[in-house]
Parts: sequence; C-alpha cells; structure tokens
Amino acid sequence: MTTATTKPNLDQPDAFYADLLTAHEGLTKEESDAFNARLILLMANQIGDRKVLNQLLEAAGSK
Amino acid sequence: MTKLFEVPLYPYKRSADQDAPTPIRHPVVVIGAGPVGLAMAIDLAQADIPVVVLDENDKVSVGSRAICFSKRTLEIFDRLGCGDEMVNKGVVWNVGKVFFGDRQVYDFNLLPEEGHKRPAFINLQQYYCELYLVERIRALQAEGKPIEIRGGNKVVNLVEQEDHTIVTIETVDGAYNLDAEWLIACDGAASPARRLLDKDFVGRVFEDNFLITDVIMKADFPTERWFWFDPPFNKDQSALLHKQPDGVWRIDLQLGWDIDKEEEKKPENVIPRLKQMLGDDVEFDLEWVSIYTFQCRRMETFRHGRVIFAGDSAHQVSPFGARGANSGFQDVDNLGWKLKLVLTGEAPETLLDSYVFERELGADENILQSSRSTDFITPKSEISRIFRDAVLDLSEHYEFARPLVNSGRLSVPSVYDGSPLNGPDVDTLPVFTRPGSPIVDAPLGNSWLLETLEGDFVLLGIGVDVPDGVELQGVTVKGITVPKAEINPFLQARYLNEADQAVYLIRPDQHVAARWTEFDMDNIETAMNIVLGKGGQGQ
Repeated sequence: MTTATTKPNLDQPDAFYADLLTAHEGLTKEESDAFNARLILLMANQIGDRKVLNQLLEAAGSK
Repeated sequence: MTKLFEVPLYPYKRSADQDAPTPIRHPVVVIGAGPVGLAMAIDLAQADIPVVVLDENDKVSVGSRAICFSKRTLEIFDRLGCGDEMVNKGVVWNVGKVFFGDRQVYDFNLLPEEGHKRPAFINLQQYYCELYLVERIRALQAEGKPIEIRGGNKVVNLVEQEDHTIVTIETVDGAYNLDAEWLIACDGAASPARRLLDKDFVGRVFEDNFLITDVIMKADFPTERWFWFDPPFNKDQSALLHKQPDGVWRIDLQLGWDIDKEEEKKPENVIPRLKQMLGDDVEFDLEWVSIYTFQCRRMETFRHGRVIFAGDSAHQVSPFGARGANSGFQDVDNLGWKLKLVLTGEAPETLLDSYVFERELGADENILQSSRSTDFITPKSEISRIFRDAVLDLSEHYEFARPLVNSGRLSVPSVYDGSPLNGPDVDTLPVFTRPGSPIVDAPLGNSWLLETLEGDFVLLGIGVDVPDGVELQGVTVKGITVPKAEINPFLQARYLNEADQAVYLIRPDQHVAARWTEFDMDNIETAMNIVLGKGGQGQ
C-alpha cells in the first residue's frame, strides 16, 4: 500500500461504526479523547507508510 | 576535601605581550577556556598553528554541567589525543527506565552496536573533560607546540579591523592589547564577545529553567538512566537521573519559565523533592545545586569577517539529547582544518564560508530536535498533551509506541547534505556514508578505521589500490588501501553495499568529501578542488 484509499474499504461498515461507539460507551469526554488518541496511534502504526499517513492527514483536514 | 574545580589550573602569569611597545599580532586568539575553546586550541596547535586562549577565570567549571559525551565527541577527542582519558574515567550505561506519573512504563537496554571503537556515549562531569583537555595542552606544550592558556585575562573590548581584531584584555597588572588575525569566540551562551561586537543572537524558539544538582549517594544505586514524565514530585514537568563517575549522580528537574530561582535553589526546597524522587530511605549529600536557564536560539551567522563563533556562543539548545557541548565539538572539528588551510595559504578564505553553511545546518538540526523533544516533554496544548499521554500509556504494553517517546534524541553528528564542499557520489553505495557524512567507524586490521585516518586528508581505497600519498592542489593526501582480502563485513555494509570496491576522499574532520567505485586521479583532483573551497561544481 503506497496510496491512501478514500474509496470504500471497510469490512462491514455498519458493524465497525457500532463497535466504535460501543468502545466509547460509558467513557467521560476526557476518557474518550484519550481513547481516540490511542486508537489513532495504533492505527498509524498499522499503516506505517509516511506517504500514506500524510495523505490521510490531508484528507482529514479537508473534510 | 579540595574539589577539582577549586584548584587554579592556569593561574594568571604576566606575559611578555604585556610589556611590548606595540600590540603583538597572533594568528589565532580563542576567547574562553571551556571545553569548546580548549578543544579548538588543541586542534590548531596540533597542526602547528600558534594559538592563545584567553579566559578571565583560571579553573575548570564548577559542578557537572555538560555530562553526556557522544560517540562522535569521543572520536574527536581521539583525534585531539585525549580520548582514552575521557573514556577511562567516564561511565557507560545501557539500562534506562521511563516513568510516567507515579509508575514505571518500561525499561530498555541499549546494546551497543558492534564494530565501533567508542561507545554511543559516556557520562562524565564537564570539569573532568576540561581537566583532560588542559592536561593535553600541557603535553603539547612539552612537545614544543605553539599553544598558550592565559588565565586571569578578561577580554573587555574588541575592535574589528580589515584583517584582524584589536583585543583589549584586563588583568590584575592592568590592561593590554593584542592583535588577533582570527578571533574565535568560544565564550559561552552569554558570550561577552558577541555583546562587545554587538552581534545578534536571535530566533528564540523557546526558553526554560532547570534545577540541576549533583548528589553523592551514600549507598549503592543502580547505573541506570531514569527519566520521568509528569512525576508527582515535579508536576507537568520532567526529571532525569543519571550516573556520573565518583559515585556522583546528576539530577535535572525541569522547572518551567516563571519561577523564583533563588527560592528553588534553597536546600530546604530541593531536598524534599529529591527524597520523593529517590525514595525516603536513600541517603545522599548535595554536592552542587544550580539553575540552568536556556533560550533555544542561534546567531544569524556564525562568522563576522575575522571573528568566528563556536559552541554555545553561536547556538543554544535545551539539555535534552546532549546537543550543547557535543555540537560545540563538532564546530571545532569543522573549523580547525579549514582555518589551518586558510592560514597556511593552501585554501582561499572562502573555505570558511563552508563552516558557516555546515555548522548552521548542524545548529538548525539541533534546534529542531530540541524543539520536538520539548513539545513531547511539556505539551503546549490540550490536544498535544492528550497525544503525549496516549503515547506513554501505550508504551507500557505495546513496543510500537516506545520509539515515539521523546525524552531527548541523543546527539549524532550532522550529515552536511548540500554542502558546497561535497563532491561526486555514487548512489548505489551505502546512504549513511554519502558525501557530507561523518565516517562510520569499522574494524580495520588490528585497529580501527577512524584511528587509521587520524586528521589528514585521506584517499581510502577499499578493494582497490590507491597511491600511499599524493600532493593534490598543494595539499598532502594520505592514501590507505584496504586489499580485497581484508574487507570485513562491517566495511562491506558501511562502505560498499553490493559493490566490490570503492574509493572515498575523506576530509580532515573525518567527513566524506566524495566517493567513486573506480580510482581515477582526474576525478579526485576535481573533488579536491571542491573540498578546498576553490570552486568547481559540487553534487
């Protein structure tokens, strides 16, 4: 993988979305922020490639 | 007990210059007998360039101050003839522990990379470093080398002339003048020379205060480096514990900017914090307490005509990563051979522009690294704290997060990419020995590559014959041939990659100037022209 994909790529999108919300259930705002930060770091490590990560940073910024 | 830093090492002595009817002219005058100034003087004197070091004081510095000397610095000390003294006294550590809040998140063991003469770093009090440098100067004097340290000589005025600087010096016997063809200001962050010449010190990136203490432990304590992020005894800041020789431990507590320095330094405020840090049952004596204030910044340019700045007078960074003194030694390493060639007329004065280019590049790199460490250690926004804490929390259980933990990135020598002195490259050879890179040490026969190079221009033929010694552009270049049979795996990996032969042209500061896979005298002559600053097309 050397290019970030912004086309649908998620396995069972609805289920993933539900899992994401479930993971945040019962957390305070502060705990959720910390959870998100940990998740971003774990995902970034999974991706690894600086080029892809930069494309994703840009994509996230342009909404 | 008399401490080392209480003994005058170079007490004031009246110099004949003080009785001269007109100011005596010296090729090089160094201001400041700190580690950088002393090293500068040794480098020049070894090359038979007469040098005078002026310092208002006459002793080594008080307290440990700079304590972490990097591998490259040790290699430079080897070239300056005092590497063994430093390494024999210094402490090598491998185990580090990282704490976050009130818990340890992980520990690590830095196994040394094989195939290098020197370790990645040693811990040594700055006063020992200065002592060994002064002893080296005494040895050079005994050999008849033209080097002098004048203690009790305070520089009070500087007047820049076309081809020299008039230096006015105050002593207990009154004032006198010297003419310095070249003046090197190694007089530290507060540099009186910079102030006297009214030169800028701009581009402040950030500033901070540290409470720095030397502690003598009364019982055994492990030889480990402990680093705390946001500990209970220093909320929102950092703390560092380091082993030094003689059972002395160094403790750095970051204090932030708005503090009452006198209040923080009081033993009744220091000791309870240290007890929280070390544990109530650990007995210790306070040897030295000081507040270190720094502003991360550099001069806009390190050379103003015949005045050159080196070390903290030119650039200042946070203590994270030991980039202060270590980068000062790289300044010295870079400047010494260039100034020598200019003084002997072997190279044009424009060669010194490359000192400015290369060492400003080094300073920018250090400021960048230092800023990144500081952003991690003291997050500047809410979101930056959230990410920092996330990294530290993850580091406890997941190895992947540990490289993100930034408590300072240890000083490594700069690669002078884009330098006007860089000659041709072959991109199939290893990237970390490209032109501009410092030589990576490797075993060579019964010795080491760096030891064999010493401080000469060297033509290194690996798997290919090069002449033993040649005159190129009026400069002597030493030839070293490593026959094919003597190429070990370290040389192969660090200098050849897949290739079976290569030729490297190496500068006296042990940086690569150019490299080829074939030996061709015309190519080498052209590269020599470039590295002497005589022009020609670089990379």
